Amino acid sequence: LQAKMSKRVQARRLEGTEKNIWVEFVKLATTYSTVNLGQGFPDFPPPDFLREAFERILSGGNHMLHQYTRGFGHPPLVKILAQFFGKLLGRELDPMTNVMVTVGAYQALFCCFQAFVDEGDEVIIIEPFFDCYEPMVKMAGGTPVFVPLRPKAPKDGKLMSSADWQLDPAELASKFSKQTKAIVLNSPNNPLGKVFSRQELELIADLCVKHDVLCISDEVYEWLVYDRKEHIRIASLQGMWDRTVMIGSAGKTFSATGWKVGWTVGPNRLLQHLRTMHQNSVYHCATIAQDAVAQGFQRELELYGKPDSYFIQLPKELQQKRDWLVRSLDAVGMKPVVPEGTYFLVADISEFKSHVPDVPDSDEPYDSRFAKWMVKNKGLAAIPLSAFYCEAHKNNYSHFIRFCFAKEEATLKAASDILQKWKQEKSTP
Amino acid sequence: MLFISRSFCCLGIRTYQLRTYLFSRSIKLSASATMASKHKNTRRIEGLDSNVWVEFTKVAADPSIVNLGQGLPDISPPSYVQEELVKAAAVDRLNQYTRGFGHPSLVKALSQVYERVCGRKIDPLTDILVTVGAYGSLFSTIQALIEEGDEVIIIEPFYDCYEPMVKMAGAKPVFIPLRYKNDGNSASSADWVLDPSELASKFNSKTKAIILNTPHNPIGKVFTREELQVIADLCIKHDTLCISDEVYEWLVYKGNKHIKIATFPGMWERTITIGSAGKTYSVTGWKLGWAIGPQNLIKHLQVVHQNTLYTCPTPLQEALAQALWIDYKRMDDPDCYFYSLSQELESKRDRMAQLLQEAGLKPIIPDGGYFMIVDISTLNVDLSDVDEKQPYDYKFVKWMITSKKLSAIPLSAFCGPETKRHFEKYIRFCFIKKNSTLDAAEVILKNWNK
Repeated sequence: LQAKMSKRVQARRLEGTEKNIWVEFVKLATTYSTVNLGQGFPDFPPPDFLREAFERILSGGNHMLHQYTRGFGHPPLVKILAQFFGKLLGRELDPMTNVMVTVGAYQALFCCFQAFVDEGDEVIIIEPFFDCYEPMVKMAGGTPVFVPLRPKAPKDGKLMSSADWQLDPAELASKFSKQTKAIVLNSPNNPLGKVFSRQELELIADLCVKHDVLCISDEVYEWLVYDRKEHIRIASLQGMWDRTVMIGSAGKTFSATGWKVGWTVGPNRLLQHLRTMHQNSVYHCATIAQDAVAQGFQRELELYGKPDSYFIQLPKELQQKRDWLVRSLDAVGMKPVVPEGTYFLVADISEFKSHVPDVPDSDEPYDSRFAKWMVKNKGLAAIPLSAFYCEAHKNNYSHFIRFCFAKEEATLKAASDILQKWKQEKSTP
Repeated sequence: MLFISRSFCCLGIRTYQLRTYLFSRSIKLSASATMASKHKNTRRIEGLDSNVWVEFTKVAADPSIVNLGQGLPDISPPSYVQEELVKAAAVDRLNQYTRGFGHPSLVKALSQVYERVCGRKIDPLTDILVTVGAYGSLFSTIQALIEEGDEVIIIEPFYDCYEPMVKMAGAKPVFIPLRYKNDGNSASSADWVLDPSELASKFNSKTKAIILNTPHNPIGKVFTREELQVIADLCIKHDTLCISDEVYEWLVYKGNKHIKIATFPGMWERTITIGSAGKTYSVTGWKLGWAIGPQNLIKHLQVVHQNTLYTCPTPLQEALAQALWIDYKRMDDPDCYFYSLSQELESKRDRMAQLLQEAGLKPIIPDGGYFMIVDISTLNVDLSDVDEKQPYDYKFVKWMITSKKLSAIPLSAFCGPETKRHFEKYIRFCFIKKNSTLDAAEVILKNWNK
């Protein structure tokens, strides 16, 4: 009798998707860090009105909210999302066909790739990218085609901005082929914090229309834009609504990443396939959080544009934290790239290179070794920028690390203290 | 046309504008034609768009209809379960991301409960994956371990998602029906059995897995030790995986015992056992499930999970962990919810069966689960004038919803294409319903022939 499974057991679709930086870095942070600016989640709570909504639901006595709701999205949630995004896009949206709720934006991305990417299809990914895009494209049998944002040197004396990282139009155009099925756009961009300008979006839109390509638009940080910048939705550009799936996240919108509520908005022609994918993979999303998020959006719809709106309060608060961290990093010699959006920034660690010995013939990119050394020896957790590049390009920008600043003042101050102490150690012979 | 001829009389600029307008319109039209072909869905979801639930939950959503269709409890979840969720949501950090493969306190609680049930050590970090419902565990298992060229044996009738999930993975579903052994007057789920030699004939070198569901949805069959041994022997002989959907594991009625095939010699190494918080605690809307098995299999499910949705909601996982601890501590006590729920449901089962029999229907009494299938052929409802090309039971349920205001699910939804005809005289009722719902059903059934 054979007790063990003797044949090769796992499916080929898993090839090349096994590694995941979060599994490694989250473990390191949990073990060593005293100050965690690594993984992207707020260490402050969701807003009171959202927590109150959740509590009201639980104490309200409607125990049917503990049971299944509509698979494609809890009716009160899809209704308010259709209303809200319809207003932002200037078009009439049908909650039943133009909106679908998912388990976080992560599952929305998964449904898009599975629904639209077949073997042989190419998908353009702009580097640096949120790391899941690559394994998801591969799992769908597609070929990721990478195009980098290239940093332009800042003017003398000025700090680099995320706006200084740009696509080369000719280079971007060269990536489109007959096999190109989709391009993934992430604006505001994780990890750089870049907020794509109208011209940059028009460049991408023109190519999408010219080559008849789909746009998977990851806009989870849509409310986190600073310095009065505007987040422009590519779906609102000429020729784009019909070919774009817009993805959003309650986790990022309402500082409740652990609720895992996300959504897709787009034309029925595309969403019908996301529904097929969804009904054959998870089918339903948890009910209660959807109901609470619906109430959150109801409040925001009423307060839209007013100073009390969370969508105005949160970026205001985060901008201050951004500026604080930028100053702290600059003061110690780590050169921050000032982000226009998101709650991340990357900093150039070249001046600290002497601290972390170079290991000759190492496969591991420098920034990864630096980040690991830093969390183990200084207790400060951050994520290496190379984590957001494909294997072939990991060493192109290996002297940056990413910090998350959606943290309480005390946390940011503690980070600053660690860096100050470190700088002092550096200068003392 | 009139517009065009008029503009020709106008300034050249207007003509130019018109020409570019018409030109860009034609570009747009031909663009949308190409869009239609290039933006088609992928092969993997081809033909998987229809779904019995989408069809029937819409119809039954009317509140005037007594809904015994979808497996949706309308009884209240236990109060301590609800309280744990209130407590969890009040903790700041529990509103943020937790460990991807399962919240630490939850996987610890699951490992303790199942170590006790299985009598073996279960590592919470490597042998367990928490998923979005048991549905998510089925999906992760199939995506991780099944691919093109594989065959997967599915026992009919089957929970309807097995077939599309297997197809989406590019594999071939191979069906084998439970057959009613005509044993006199008894109408029990135990009368539905697999023919051992028929089952053996379904296994070949391409067979990657068999999907087992015990207690069984929709029939309510609880597979016996002997029946499971037949399946286990074949799995070992052909070196096949066993995907064991045990979501109704706690819902077994007097005289029956739920047995885990993973505990058989030679089976732990090749079995993924799937469970559900929704069915365990009557909280289907929490959508939490789990897959338990050996590290060398679970690690592949974890890879799928990290590339599909990464992590499940935190406060729900924490609440579930606390509820499991409460019941783990009283697993020797009849008050334990794992046992008290099935006691509550047994009386509902018996009441449902009686009502159906009194209405002239022939129910199959389930040994487990919270569904009951019913032979409706005895009613002889003539639906030959209904035009739709659907099986009889689909037409019957739709007729019953409109004319009797009672809903159920047609059994042919749970069958492969070859077997639909054999099951089209059965419909499925769900009885995890509060007394007032069953009272309303009673009124309808008592007045059936009026």
